[in-house]
Amino acid sequence: MSDAFETTIGLEIHVELATASKMFCSCPVAFGGEPNTRTCPVCLGLPGALPVPNRKAVEYTIRIGLALNCRIAERAGFHRKNYFYPDMPKNYQISQYDEPLCVRGHVDVPTEDGVLRVGITRVHLEEDTGKSVHVGGSGRIADSDRSLEDFNRAGTPLVEIVSEPDIHSAEQARAFVSELRAILASLGVSDVRMEEGSLRVDANVSVRPVGEGEHGAKVEVKNMNSIRSVGRALQYEEARQRDALRRGEMPTQETRHFDERTGRTSAMRTKEFAFDYRYFPEPDLVPLTPSRAWVEEIAARLPELPAARRARFAADYALPAADVAVLTASPEVARWFEEAVAAYGGEPKRIANWVTGDLFGLLNDAGVELTEAKVTPAGLAALVRLVDAGRISGKQAKGVLQAMFDSGAEPEAIVAERGLEQVSDEAALQGAVDEAIAANPDAADKVRAGNLNTIGFLVGQVMRRTGGRADPRVVNELLRRKLVP
Amino acid sequence: MPIDRAAVDHVARLARIALTEEERERMQAELSVILAHAERIAALDLDGVEPSAHAIELTDVMRPDEVGECLSRDEALANAPAVEDGRFAVPRIIEDA
Repeated sequence: MSDAFETTIGLEIHVELATASKMFCSCPVAFGGEPNTRTCPVCLGLPGALPVPNRKAVEYTIRIGLALNCRIAERAGFHRKNYFYPDMPKNYQISQYDEPLCVRGHVDVPTEDGVLRVGITRVHLEEDTGKSVHVGGSGRIADSDRSLEDFNRAGTPLVEIVSEPDIHSAEQARAFVSELRAILASLGVSDVRMEEGSLRVDANVSVRPVGEGEHGAKVEVKNMNSIRSVGRALQYEEARQRDALRRGEMPTQETRHFDERTGRTSAMRTKEFAFDYRYFPEPDLVPLTPSRAWVEEIAARLPELPAARRARFAADYALPAADVAVLTASPEVARWFEEAVAAYGGEPKRIANWVTGDLFGLLNDAGVELTEAKVTPAGLAALVRLVDAGRISGKQAKGVLQAMFDSGAEPEAIVAERGLEQVSDEAALQGAVDEAIAANPDAADKVRAGNLNTIGFLVGQVMRRTGGRADPRVVNELLRRKLVP
Repeated sequence: MPIDRAAVDHVARLARIALTEEERERMQAELSVILAHAERIAALDLDGVEPSAHAIELTDVMRPDEVGECLSRDEALANAPAVEDGRFAVPRIIEDA
């Protein structure tokens, strides 16, 4: 057997839509809250309750389909997917089967090795389940003695995006999920918070020796709760299957659970998960036939997508790819940056450096989102202008930014309050320069003799005498004029 | 195609319905009659007839995305056989392997 292997990965991504109300009833959609306070006969599956589709959820699904270059079906319908599980009160999930809303699209994913085109098999609309808490034992499902169900989430509109098996490494999968999340965030259709479960990723992974026609056994990996986890879990799974093949074993087709803590995947018990869904058309719902006019109207209102935004940032702001990637990672960050650049009016790269460097550093340390930060785009622009005008040093500006971050005060106010303003007035600095020369005659002589390196020492002496407020460029200039013939 | 006993048991298991011996016999007979009827329909010449899951010609019934009234928690939990921490309490989900 050859020692080279190839990996094939297909992803299934579930996205909770950020509509105001649920998919088939008018209960509100929200995260968390007191258990079982957002339910009604429809989402509790009480007998006789009738579902009515949420038009906004259908529109959001079409919006996603268009952004992923899909064909929007002229006729779509809902099916019942039948299974028994306590978080599913009707004992079936209303989903789409052979008539999904969107089919056959693709996403162009930027990777380190260039653009990877990943096919999209389908995008369909369904409803989310409730949430279980497992009680007793270790608190995990396998050894608990009972489970408690909260149906607040049941019936939340859920979109499932299925990719073609066009992904060939853990890193490509990570890049795909990252790009897809950026697209969904731009569309404004979901919170896309993986840690809150509004974006959930399952992967089918198979590894086979290079050149063998048959795919290996498909292993489904679940429970990857961050983009980083997607990379870690699939890297682990890839290596696990490769090692098995090297030992001459065939990986079994199964569902495996990723453990964030250990970084490993482990097999889930298969017995209870072998479902026979017996899909049949949902008799309570009539077909959807999205008119071409409606689809065109939704297409016309599509916002700028990440790929277009990246191209524009690189061209209009002359920024390197690394800055562009960070600044376009979310529409909120992109908007914030553009507002700051507009308020600043100077070189965009200056703003980019402050945002991606010091400001992101402060945000990360405090665990705060840019949109929640007290620093405003106009505030940052004003700060950078103070540095440009030589009124404060770059080093002092870092401290001012910290104060702006903590208090939300304007940079001018902080500079005034702290007496930070740089002294760059020549007349005001003359005295300190003369003192420094008088107190350090040896150094002064060295400079007079042409040893210009020693100027730095004298600049430092002047800085000390002015409590660090002197503008070092002006001091340097004054010293040269005095000492250098 | 008459349905056999194993198929009746399989369907009953999927639906989580416990059948007595007498009921299994009756179901086997009734399901066979239903399947025979479906086969008669399947044998019709339906070329050019669009598949349909509904007898009515209604499409695109949707509601605006507006929030309405929910049940109170007490109402929601009123029919629950067991309640704990404001949640529906259910027996352990995974049976012993």
